[in-house]
Amino acid sequence: MIDWLTPYIDPALDVASWICFIIGGFYLIVGSIGMIRLPDFWARLHGAGVVDTLATELFILGMILQSGWSIVTIKLVLIGVFLFFTSPTSTHAVANAAWLAGIRPKNMKQQAPLTGNQEKSS
Amino acid sequence: MYEIATLSIFISIVLILVRLFLGPTLYDRVLAVNSFGTVTVLLIGVLGFLTGRPDFLDIAILYALINFISTIAILKFFRYRALGLDSAYTDESIDASTPDDASQPTRSQEIPHD
Amino acid sequence: MLHAIGLGLGLSALWLLLSGFFEPLLLSLGLVSVVLCVYLAHRMDVVDHETIPLHIGYGIISYFVWLTVEVAKANWAVTKVILSPKMVLNQSFITVPTDQSDDLGRVIYANSITLTPGTITVEIEPGSFLVHALTDDAADMEALADMGARVTAIEGNA
Repeated sequence: MIDWLTPYIDPALDVASWICFIIGGFYLIVGSIGMIRLPDFWARLHGAGVVDTLATELFILGMILQSGWSIVTIKLVLIGVFLFFTSPTSTHAVANAAWLAGIRPKNMKQQAPLTGNQEKSS
Repeated sequence: MYEIATLSIFISIVLILVRLFLGPTLYDRVLAVNSFGTVTVLLIGVLGFLTGRPDFLDIAILYALINFISTIAILKFFRYRALGLDSAYTDESIDASTPDDASQPTRSQEIPHD
Repeated sequence: MLHAIGLGLGLSALWLLLSGFFEPLLLSLGLVSVVLCVYLAHRMDVVDHETIPLHIGYGIISYFVWLTVEVAKANWAVTKVILSPKMVLNQSFITVPTDQSDDLGRVIYANSITLTPGTITVEIEPGSFLVHALTDDAADMEALADMGARVTAIEGNA
């Protein structure tokens, strides 16, 4: 039934991988530019967020499309799931450490709300 | 297609390294190291496909694990000045705002080996 | 006990997927390592409903699909900010109330907020999160509350 499709599957997967790599590379470079251009630490966190989330997952998706059904696919899925769960955790750890160390954004719109840790942050 | 991917990863790595060396605060550098590790995981995977040996992915998995743990360990060390369990609950040692302070106590006494 | 069995099954599946060998010697070595890991986890007293969330049902899958779409949209918004010649930043800290009943739901909610670029959970307090927002668009309390309601829903369907 799907025999006539067979010659088209590989080129279609190639095109899909190309799209994933190009969009992923775009976001990767945009996130890195953001880490250079954005003015202070709190803004750079979001630039790093672009690198850590969409760019990474798109690259891994592109590699999954090229790997076929094998053990390589499973390893790639494991890497993707692992990065999906750990990257927000480490971002939160960096942000929380900087907050406790008393680093605040430049030109902030409003004063930070009082929290229980204010006296520690000094 | 893997060449394009590798090229964009290299551009990204150079930009992240610029931030790593410029970074005015410690936390900028930790953030850059974390992103650098994530991008390195991608680079290992793509290089495996580029050379036709996807076995490299085992190394990529390990690198992803170690990258996460090292970020947490660096932050914990600079907040508590020790990696042991006992010192983690003494709030007096929070002195992360001056990471360049070199006057550390002798570390061998602070880390409990249990 | 149920959680220990779940942990053992999960570790066995992981071992089989990562190794790809099915010889008796290697299988028995894998079994030994799985049993050792479960014993160590039991000895560390970390085998409970938090580390092995068996009670989270299929709702988490549709939630992750929804979250992926949200992450893609937020990425595009941050990309526009980064690439605009004159970056219009309006950073702020907002307090987001949370009504999740247990710690796992709060962790999912906090990680989802951090995962969408533009918002980052900075501090976790009882009953609320302190969230850093990059722009005014990102500091959208209604979108964050909508995300929180979805997390509460998958938690409630347990």
